[in-house]
Amino acid sequence: MYNFEVEKPGTLAEATAAMAGEDAQALGGGQTLIPTLKQRLASPAKLVSLSGVAEMQGISKDGDALRIGGATTHGAVAADGNYPALSALAAQIGDPAVRNRGTIGGSLANNDPAACYPAAALGSGATIITTNREIAADDYFQGMFDTALDEGEIVTAVSFPIPQAANYQKFVQPASRFALVGVFLAKYADGIRVAVTGASNEGVFRWAEAEAALGDDFSASALDGLSVPADNMISDLHGPAAYRAHLVKVMTGRAVTAAG
Amino acid sequence: MPKDTGIGASPVRREDVRFLTGTGEYTDDIVLAKQTYAVFARSTVAHGTIKSIDTSAAEGMPGVLAVFTGEDFVEVGGNPAGWLINSRNGEPMKEPKRPVLAHGKVRHVGDAYAAVIAETIEQARDAVEAIEADIDELPAVVDMNDALSGSNFVHDEIETNQCFDWGWIEDNRDATDNAIKNAHHVTTLELVNNRLVPNAMEPRASIGSYKASTGEYTLHTTSQNPHLTRLLISAFVLGIPENMLTVIAPDVGGGFGSKIYHYGEEALVLAAAKKLGRPVKWTADRTESFLTDAHGRDHVTKIELALDKEGNFLAFRTDTKANVGAYLSNFSTATPTFLHGTLMAGNYTVPLVYVNVKAVFTNTAPVDAYRGAGRPEATYSLERVIDKAARELRMDPIELRRKNFIKPDQYPYASAAGLEYDAGNYDALMDKMEEVADVAGFEARRKQSEANGLMRGFGVNAYIEACGIAPSNLVGVLGSRVGLYDAATVRVNATGNLSVMVGAHSHGQGHETAFPQVVAEMLGIDPAVIDIVHGDTSKIPFGMGTYGSRSLAVCGSAVVRATEKIINKAKKIAGHMLEASDQDITLENGVFSVAGTDKSVTFGEVALKAYIPHEYPLEDIEPGLEETAFYDPANFTYPSGAYACEVEVDPETGKVRVDRMCAVDDFGNVINPMIVTGQVHGGLAQGIGQALVENTSYDENGQLLSASYMDYTMPRADDMPMFHVDHSQGTPCTHNPLGVKGCGEAGAIGSPPTVVNAVIDALQSGGTNVTHIDMPVTPARVWDAMQNAKSEEA
Amino acid sequence: MTKVTMTVNGKAVSGDVEGRTLLSSFLREDQGLTGTHVGCDTSQCGACVVHVDGAAVKACTMLAAEADGANVDTIEGQSNADGSLNVIQQAFQDHHGLQCGFCTPGMVMSAAALLKDNPKPSETEVREYLEGNICRCTGYHNIVKAIMAASGQDVTAIAAE
Ligand SMILES: Cc1cc2nc3c(=O)[nH]c(=O)nc-3n(C[C@H](O)[C@H](O)[C@H](O)COP(=O)(O)OP(=O)(O)OC[C@H]3O[C@@H](n4cnc5c(N)ncnc54)[C@H](O)[C@@H]3O)c2cc1C
Ligand code: FES
Ligand code: FES
Repeated sequence: MYNFEVEKPGTLAEATAAMAGEDAQALGGGQTLIPTLKQRLASPAKLVSLSGVAEMQGISKDGDALRIGGATTHGAVAADGNYPALSALAAQIGDPAVRNRGTIGGSLANNDPAACYPAAALGSGATIITTNREIAADDYFQGMFDTALDEGEIVTAVSFPIPQAANYQKFVQPASRFALVGVFLAKYADGIRVAVTGASNEGVFRWAEAEAALGDDFSASALDGLSVPADNMISDLHGPAAYRAHLVKVMTGRAVTAAG
Repeated sequence: MPKDTGIGASPVRREDVRFLTGTGEYTDDIVLAKQTYAVFARSTVAHGTIKSIDTSAAEGMPGVLAVFTGEDFVEVGGNPAGWLINSRNGEPMKEPKRPVLAHGKVRHVGDAYAAVIAETIEQARDAVEAIEADIDELPAVVDMNDALSGSNFVHDEIETNQCFDWGWIEDNRDATDNAIKNAHHVTTLELVNNRLVPNAMEPRASIGSYKASTGEYTLHTTSQNPHLTRLLISAFVLGIPENMLTVIAPDVGGGFGSKIYHYGEEALVLAAAKKLGRPVKWTADRTESFLTDAHGRDHVTKIELALDKEGNFLAFRTDTKANVGAYLSNFSTATPTFLHGTLMAGNYTVPLVYVNVKAVFTNTAPVDAYRGAGRPEATYSLERVIDKAARELRMDPIELRRKNFIKPDQYPYASAAGLEYDAGNYDALMDKMEEVADVAGFEARRKQSEANGLMRGFGVNAYIEACGIAPSNLVGVLGSRVGLYDAATVRVNATGNLSVMVGAHSHGQGHETAFPQVVAEMLGIDPAVIDIVHGDTSKIPFGMGTYGSRSLAVCGSAVVRATEKIINKAKKIAGHMLEASDQDITLENGVFSVAGTDKSVTFGEVALKAYIPHEYPLEDIEPGLEETAFYDPANFTYPSGAYACEVEVDPETGKVRVDRMCAVDDFGNVINPMIVTGQVHGGLAQGIGQALVENTSYDENGQLLSASYMDYTMPRADDMPMFHVDHSQGTPCTHNPLGVKGCGEAGAIGSPPTVVNAVIDALQSGGTNVTHIDMPVTPARVWDAMQNAKSEEA
Repeated sequence: MTKVTMTVNGKAVSGDVEGRTLLSSFLREDQGLTGTHVGCDTSQCGACVVHVDGAAVKACTMLAAEADGANVDTIEGQSNADGSLNVIQQAFQDHHGLQCGFCTPGMVMSAAALLKDNPKPSETEVREYLEGNICRCTGYHNIVKAIMAASGQDVTAIAAE
């Protein structure tokens, strides 16, 4: 690792100020950033640790939505029962030690194409709340490792509308245990949302055809005639594009069945 | 009642206490005064010409003490191959030099071409980035077929990428060809034995130090065989006199073969320590381990099995390409030849075997022995083609094997692949397996799986391996450049406790517990007073180390021989003390008695007498009680086994789950059943890992795609079932004093074909005509095979 | 360099660290607590698991500066007050849950965290909980067995010697 300073603000205002410094970078749980720094792939001058920022902690119910502080760990979300499918997803991220450190803000800021939370956020039509603004999930994810966040912008919270039913099906990449294909499906009064992670070269995406078909008939058989084009799917040593495309459909079907 | 001490007992391991309390001492835990740190500059291209290396900027960086390049080692020797193989045409194998640091060319990603020594590790890393290396990238040689047909050479000076073209047994070649031509039925299978990365959890590490006042060097290193490492460094690489070099392998966090070999980093830290007059430490990170530890397996094989109408095996013929990587690692030439070809008759009365192996240089990491070393490759080829033959002939796979088994009354049995098996009973193993695996209950379990929408399959395997390596005279004739005996010293101290210095090295095998069981049993004393000393060339007589399931069979035999000498001498001393002839002295429960009398002295009293030799026949008996024995085995030992596996395959995703895994092994006599069981468990996990998940993948440019745990799948706890392990059917080895055979590799040898056979069975009985899937049998490969089978039918 | 202070195995310790100093380096190099092992650089092997304020954490993936003021427990602090092995350590020894010992500190620390949350885990729960702890030696059989035994469950039915 190249050396850097560590700053530990206690409030959001302090954190925002600290992030204004040159080459400052946010440090969430460090579960992605620290391994990256070890490979010397980044050289921030300063890491601004968000774990002590009081406003970014905790989970609260806000009408029909669940608001999760940006520095809330996966473990805390897993233990919360207000949005069971989301808690179940959090419980499948990494291993217990990773879940004790890794945060939702860090995961969404990083937007790994195989990460779990992006599927939940997009699949729930969540709102990403930052130091500057509120961003709809549909506008937030902009391709692999790319988001609508500006330099220095911090994800302070995420607000998830709680659906009538939802489920996350994760088919793991056997080495990293990230998603080879993960499908998050949520049923709202105004329609079905299906978000897919792990599969596409463009990162998390919504499978519109499935959403429409399931809106008419909420059962796995509604997917029968559909198929996902393999063109833009990831091909790597864990599976070719066609396999991933196939899994998207299988996992979506399972999510429908499990969501009931 | 199981015993609680001595041979056959399962006392808890004494070494565990330090490991469980965090007080073990692994190489990287050691801090020497004024220690400095080495970091290597490693090639990012698989193949390239080194035009120039400018180290001047690096040398001026903060904390930098020295920078080395290949130029600094041109005058010294290279890391040698330990086994000379001759090709079928009589030519010796090609042996290009393997220098300490790459010189002239880099030959695989990770090949080290320079090293920085600095005050801190981060300073050394900073300086490595400042080295300006001008390396002209060349096209990489990755695929073995391309390597053999093309004119792009990994080592230009040998003008070929073929290391050797070996045939075994050459005299049987024509007869084998004829048998296959004329057979009633021939089953053919092409398969890949996938390349594996050993992945001991402790990365390699070395600390070199040098004492100018005496000229003595010390190397602390992660080694399975410190004496062999010393020998290689002294005799071949740096020329340091053996008596001026101490090699210490302290606690070592697993090896599985990868820590047998000498590596350039060890030579570098020694040379640097001398230059700087300060200790130099290097610890690999995991990525370096992936790139530079010797990998395992990597064979591509075509195997043919000829059978008659009744299903009798007539001949096996194989054609194998074995990847040796960019350089010859120390045993890389023995692994695909004598540790592989000689096992190609399996447990069977087949009369003819012919094996051809072409070893191929490529721009990939060196490949060498990894848990099983050659025998897993042999077993996999045999047991997959036999399974395929059974399916083609519509015979039961267990019956087909049984029909061809060597029978218990046929020992010693000269196998068609040139070995003499001393003992075994394969039917008994198969019987036991059928019981332990509950084969009778399989159909009911299959129905249950079907009801859950899953396809269940049953796979079986019979294996034999050769371990306890090895008879030195025999291996000498076959090309080995080392002897493969082992040594032990038993030192009885004056106060009656013992230090036993052994040449075997324990890096998980529990020698500190098992070896005292042997000595305690022989002397009839409490094992607690016996201490095992290993891993330090200054403390132990000599030793070839631990690999090839040899520790107990070879080094344990040396311990027995040394202990016998102790008993003989102690009897003389006791005879003197009891005024009787040593012929009349018996030893029981640690007490020497004169037969037929009540006169006796204890073992402790004799020990004391040996060191305080008052009233002692100094003219007849030397004082002291310490004996050394070197033991050279008369033959290999031949563990064998019958394995069974049940898998469930998800037809929608292709995911395979191992539901039941059963290993019934013949290890001969068993000293510590708990440890033996643990060894089998570990081997099974590695074998299941090879079969299902472990995939070492290089792209066409020679970049390692699976260079971290993000992409190389290590079997995890939730990938494994509980195992059913049995070793009650032992037939003792006939030629070593303990009757033991060796258990360290069996699990990794027997399990891969068992698992794959089970997957194929699942697919077949699920109505999909898939006859083979290469390892690792990943979900994507299963799905793909199912799609292909479907489209072929359509 | 910044000064950090923390409680390690019940003892107050402090030291000067760089921003980049990992908790694992602080423990191993500054505190000489080499029982916390480092087996990878991608935060996957779990050889480095310690407890920070009671929660299992990969010490290789946490900055020492982040542990300032925290309570850190490592393998060196696990034995009983009289120096004997604690229940989990003893179960690992009794059931041969370790071979080379390299993964062992992380395994014991993860097991301790598991049993605190889930005093009677099923076999499946143990296996799932160990997702972040890799062992190359044991095949996990005896580790799982040891953890179940440490939780007071009868493991005699589990196959093996
Ligand atoms: C072994 C292992 C297994 C894993 N398995 C999974 C898995 O199965 N599924 C999965 O989804 N993930 C997985 N992860 C990743 C894990 O979820 C990470 O915790 C997460 O991706 C990043 O969160 P973090 O809080 O650790 O962020 P950090 O690593 O601290 O930061 C990641 C990036 O986000 C930035 N950042 C951090 N917090 C914020 C914020 N609040 N606002 C703006 N930017 C911010 C950082 O500057 C950095 O660029 C795994 C990680 C490991 C080590
Ligand atoms: S060293 Fe921390 S997870 Fe591997
Ligand atoms: S005991 Fe060796 S890695 Fe687990």
